[in-house]
Amino acid sequence: MADEPLKRRTRLSVAKLLVVCVCMFGFAYALVPLYDVICEALGINGRTNSVAIVDVPEDMTKDEDRTVLVQFVTRAAKDMPWDFEPMERSVRVHPGEIKAVNFRVRNRTGEDMVGQAIPSLVPGQAASHFKKTQCFCFDQQPLMANGEEVMPMIFYLDPAIPKSVNTITLSYTLYDITERTSVGGVAARQTR
Amino acid sequence: MADHHEHHAPTGWRRWLLSTNHKDIGSLYLWFSFAMFLVGGLLAMVIRAELMYPGMQVVDPDFFNQMTTTHGLIMVFGAVMPAFVGLANWMIPLMIGAPDMALPRMNNWSFWILPAAFSILIGSVLMSAFGPGNPPAPNFGWTFYAPLSTTYGPASTDFFILSVHLMGISSIMGAINVIVTVMNMRAPGMTMMKMPLFVWTWLITAFLLIAVMPVLAGAVTMMLTDRHFGTSFFDAAGGGDPVLFQHIFWFFGHPEVYIMILPAFGVVSAIIPTFARKPLFGYASMVYATASIALLSFVVWAHHMFTVGMPLAGMLFFMYMTMLISVPTGVKVFNWVATMWRGSLTFELPMKWALAFVILFTIGGLSGLMLSITPADFQYHDSYFVVAHFHYVLVSGAIFSMFAAVYYWLPKWSGVMYDKFWGEVHFWSSLISVNLLFFPMHFVGLAGMPRRYSDYALQFADYNWWISIGAFWFGISQLFLLWVLIKACFLKKGEKATDEVWEGAEGLEWTVPSPAPFHTFDTPPVVK
Repeated sequence: MADEPLKRRTRLSVAKLLVVCVCMFGFAYALVPLYDVICEALGINGRTNSVAIVDVPEDMTKDEDRTVLVQFVTRAAKDMPWDFEPMERSVRVHPGEIKAVNFRVRNRTGEDMVGQAIPSLVPGQAASHFKKTQCFCFDQQPLMANGEEVMPMIFYLDPAIPKSVNTITLSYTLYDITERTSVGGVAARQTR
Repeated sequence: MADHHEHHAPTGWRRWLLSTNHKDIGSLYLWFSFAMFLVGGLLAMVIRAELMYPGMQVVDPDFFNQMTTTHGLIMVFGAVMPAFVGLANWMIPLMIGAPDMALPRMNNWSFWILPAAFSILIGSVLMSAFGPGNPPAPNFGWTFYAPLSTTYGPASTDFFILSVHLMGISSIMGAINVIVTVMNMRAPGMTMMKMPLFVWTWLITAFLLIAVMPVLAGAVTMMLTDRHFGTSFFDAAGGGDPVLFQHIFWFFGHPEVYIMILPAFGVVSAIIPTFARKPLFGYASMVYATASIALLSFVVWAHHMFTVGMPLAGMLFFMYMTMLISVPTGVKVFNWVATMWRGSLTFELPMKWALAFVILFTIGGLSGLMLSITPADFQYHDSYFVVAHFHYVLVSGAIFSMFAAVYYWLPKWSGVMYDKFWGEVHFWSSLISVNLLFFPMHFVGLAGMPRRYSDYALQFADYNWWISIGAFWFGISQLFLLWVLIKACFLKKGEKATDEVWEGAEGLEWTVPSPAPFHTFDTPPVVK
């Protein structure tokens, strides 16, 4: 009868559609790195460099004619029992000038912990012009019980930064990642 | 020929549980979605009871949030989507001259997953409502944004995740079935460009479902692993980003809104020509408009998140793309109006619902156009204006088209004409109350009332009182439909329907007897 070819066509169509489904499920996961790559490439979403800039251009000149106000905002995430503040709330820098600032952290608990600071910068169009040559946010921050530390951050503003930018706010949120870093961290998270 | 199948059909409850018949499964879907419509409506009544007066009277804010969340989820995944799948099951084989859906056993499975999925979701609401001390039901809004649903999600979020997975599997199986049926089982002579527009819109909807339901599944799986297995897709502490969640969600979410409206376009494109006694104006342009809406739906998702902070170029792109959608949509509205132009119009109930759809959906479309304008959206974002917008397109759009479809095809399904008096009461009562319910939301929204809060500033009090009256009225009006359906489907009372049912109706479904027999088109009809 004519049923056999119909059955075959049906199977083939189902197989094709299932492949599409699996691909689209994969696509959802592919969006994760894609999102990072696009944000990084276009310097959007307030992302600043997550790896230290090592080759500061030799011919970079300080733009003496203008200054940009860089403000620092710090915040400890929910359930993060550390004190965290910038030693200077804001600095005025010339584009092309290399500047060092310090942040102070203190572990208020009686236990050894590990923290991780995550930066975010506004306005977005300044993000790709804000270059960090050294930052505590590149690494995890282990801190002994009741320990205290001063953490440096060295940065410069690319002289090509748009003229419209005269204030930049760099915000750091400090997270508790003790359980993630310790062995069996996942298990600890489960039993909490 | 047709008879020898009959004695294989199981009877009693086995007929329904083990059914592989597209008509029975269609009926199951339709009744299930109507039940979910009433349940979701009940939750909306709780919301409106709380918002009737300023201050807290009926529920506490956390329970209010659970109501808005589950109302949205049940209406989207439980009422609108299964209703259209039910309609597809019933009508697509009849419209293309096929004996059944291509994959009858999968069809059974895709329906029977749904009651399980919704038992899980509704179970978490019942546990929260009647078990003091139990964790709240999902309370993060139907969009379940991270970190509300990850870091801060209640324990019931895992029920929610499982339930969404099941709904997704069910929708994907339904969509595969529609595509395979339409592609392989059309009667001889039924070329693609001869298919009724309802079949076309469903075919395109099914492709949208195949494309985006797996993305939703991916999103909830990431949520699950973020919550329990130490990943950090949406957690900044581990290098993730909560904004990424919004991108993935709306990449699913925007095509999803067209999944809920394209079949409605198909229904209205079937009804208006019948009662205008003229062929549909611009059939080919309708097909192309539907396809362009579907394609554009993949490049507009970020208009739901203009305020998260996006580069100017991004905002402009998503704004222009969104505005572009109004062109094919405008083509459709134009074609419906042109179909009626100089037609011999009569206004039976299906036509009344279809006309209400065209007008009210257009209002919702226009407020959508306002929302697409980025700078204006900064003001409207997350306000009641948005609530007004999407309820105009979903309630007086998608759901009104469902009502139109039910009145249009009910005589074919049940064999008797619906009760005209109670049908009219249902229509006029719903039409007036739906506008009383949703129109003032534009005003309070523009005046600054935010959505998803259990309380509001005093100046919004009078409008909210009227909105709540409209809501209770609209809710009660649906009981008239329940009566109409019981009378036609179970009591079988009413004027006997002819095979053609409507004077001007065209299409293969009107060539089979009313009620449609258990098996139809065992021998394929010939389409000229």
